[in-house]
Amino acid sequence: METQPNQNLGIVVTGSVEKGTEVRLDSSASVEDMVVGRYVTIEGKKRRFFGMVTDISLGVTDEQITISPPDTSDTFTAEILEGTATYGTLHVLPMLTIGGEVTTINEGPQPVKTVPSHFSRVKLASEADMETVFGKEDNSRFFIGNPLDMETKLCLNLEELVKRSNGIFGKSGTGKTFLTRLLLIGMLQKSKATNLIFDMHNEYGWAGSFEGGKGGVKALKQLFPSRVAVFTLDEENSRHRGVSTDFVVRIGYDEIEPEDIGLLRQTLNLTDQAVEAVYQLKRHFGKGWMQQTLDISDAADVETLLQSMNIHESSFANLKRGLATIRRLPFLVAHAQTNAVDSILGYLDRGINVVLEFGRHRDITTYMLVANMLARRIYQRYQEKTEVAMAGKVTPPTPLVITIEEAHKFLNHDIANQTIFGEIAREMRKYNVTLLVIDQRPSAIDEEIMSQLGTKITCLLDNERDIDSVLAGVSGKNDLKTVLARLAPKQQALIFGHAVPMPVAFRPRDWGTAKSYEEFTHENSSEKKAEKDIKELFE
Amino acid sequence: MNKIGEIVESTSTEFTAECYELHELPALGSLVKVTAVEMEIFGIVCQSGTAGIEPGRHPVARGKDEASEEAVYQSSPQLIKLLRSEFQVLVVGHIINGKTYQYLPSKPAHIHAFVQACSPEDIKQFSQSFDFLNIMLNNRLQIPTEELVAAGLREMSKAHADPHAFLIAAGKSLTVIFSGDYHRLKTILARLKQ
Repeated sequence: METQPNQNLGIVVTGSVEKGTEVRLDSSASVEDMVVGRYVTIEGKKRRFFGMVTDISLGVTDEQITISPPDTSDTFTAEILEGTATYGTLHVLPMLTIGGEVTTINEGPQPVKTVPSHFSRVKLASEADMETVFGKEDNSRFFIGNPLDMETKLCLNLEELVKRSNGIFGKSGTGKTFLTRLLLIGMLQKSKATNLIFDMHNEYGWAGSFEGGKGGVKALKQLFPSRVAVFTLDEENSRHRGVSTDFVVRIGYDEIEPEDIGLLRQTLNLTDQAVEAVYQLKRHFGKGWMQQTLDISDAADVETLLQSMNIHESSFANLKRGLATIRRLPFLVAHAQTNAVDSILGYLDRGINVVLEFGRHRDITTYMLVANMLARRIYQRYQEKTEVAMAGKVTPPTPLVITIEEAHKFLNHDIANQTIFGEIAREMRKYNVTLLVIDQRPSAIDEEIMSQLGTKITCLLDNERDIDSVLAGVSGKNDLKTVLARLAPKQQALIFGHAVPMPVAFRPRDWGTAKSYEEFTHENSSEKKAEKDIKELFE
Repeated sequence: MNKIGEIVESTSTEFTAECYELHELPALGSLVKVTAVEMEIFGIVCQSGTAGIEPGRHPVARGKDEASEEAVYQSSPQLIKLLRSEFQVLVVGHIINGKTYQYLPSKPAHIHAFVQACSPEDIKQFSQSFDFLNIMLNNRLQIPTEELVAAGLREMSKAHADPHAFLIAAGKSLTVIFSGDYHRLKTILARLKQ
């Protein structure tokens, strides 16, 4: 028998605030219908509790039953023992309380500070319960998927979401990209923030790929052409793929700063002395330091230069080799005609989301160099603008969400302090810039950064360290671990943190079918439709 | 009135009744009732047998030259008067004003009160709850209690439209009672199976 919402599942028999409650299943509810990650409500005497099933176990009243179980052919005995001497138990972690004191009734669900009393009845959460907790789809809430095994729409408050930096994690191939695309669409529609996406694998701007499917799936620019601009580093590649790009990014040598080189220390295999030399060279040559350093070829000139700055010859050779690697990047030019940063900011100011495609330049050196360079300059502008706004007079800049992939390369323990992303994650919230971090090895990300992420969405992870790092600091961590480790390898995710009142395991909504596109774009036009309706009403 | 016997010995917990007809004993475990003052007392037949009416005189074998058991009684018609069938009933509850109480009545049944077999309606009404199982299990009887409980439930199930469901429900009640004694539970359940 399938369990229906509102059906009694069982009663609370023991519990503690820290460890959650044990619920003994009624004999009418089959233990096999229960799923880890499902929502239940507990009808306490004074208030209702909202909780998540985090473990399911089998119990017996008498150990002898396990030692000499009834014959499997003896259905009569088995039927009698079921639900009485042998029973199922659910471990339910209460997360929110609804109702209770009159003063809190209007404030909505509150965090749990107690446990339901003995023998409180436990039911599956109904659609109405879910709505009370997660809210309805509205101007700021975006439908991101369905809670596991439920038809209810799980809505995420995106205005809340973009106030903090967020993270999307999961093993490779678990649907991070889909989830990100979904979230980006959501932000585009329901939040006031604009997005800057460093799109390493060319998946967000135009036709992305999806595993096992024929052809590609539509991406942001195809669905919302007027609200998305695609920038590219590799014009040729974009043209081949039939992408209509808005801007081709060229970066001048003179735009590269010593900090950018410092960041690439590991990937370019530079020594500390070589990095140190960059700063000296910058001081010596000024803006054109890179060009000039690379241009020196005369041995005598080199020697005088090195002596004057007290740089060791081998360090200089090391640095030169590194710079030569960068110089080979085709999008780097001696002097860029157009300023990519200004152009990006121009679009962002008009509320247009920017996707920067990397084309064929998918190596991490390029990605780090470009993402870091651009982000740093954009960050500076935002900081300036916000500071001006703080002084009164002008409105603060529109909130910006920067999406980065392979985040552990930027935010690992060694360089998190040097990259701009580390700083954004830590404190840029004040300057209206937040991050959307996408990564498959969250354990490699600096703990301090991880702790600053407001909302985390994670697909399946099976490395113990990754799971620990994602769940660090979350209450009921051990229970969530069970849920996380049991997510399906595809199209299931767990969300928890700032933007949701409690952790939820969910199945992201469809993407890739004509119907799904229609739904997305329809939502976009709902406001227009409402205006039209009003107009018609008065005609 | 479907009377099957008359009480010849009575206590709070059980009574003994003599059958009006030799060998016409109620089935082991069957539910019987006695009408007393302001109440009906219900009991379960827990023991029955036939013996000589005089304690000192033991019956002797008489059928050496007879062809069948009936022939023995035909050639010695006095036997019917010299033997008697008796059954013991364990009191398990009572009904006052139509309400069933599955515990001992305040007063025992009278001597010479008539014992009646219960109708299916009586059985259905009485077996709505299984509290009477406790009385059966907590009495020291000559018969093994497992046998009696199983027999009683099997008899009762016949009155129900769905005997299987009734036995399952009874089995679940027994499981709670025997939560610490799985082997005893298994013994009873094995005897409940149809």
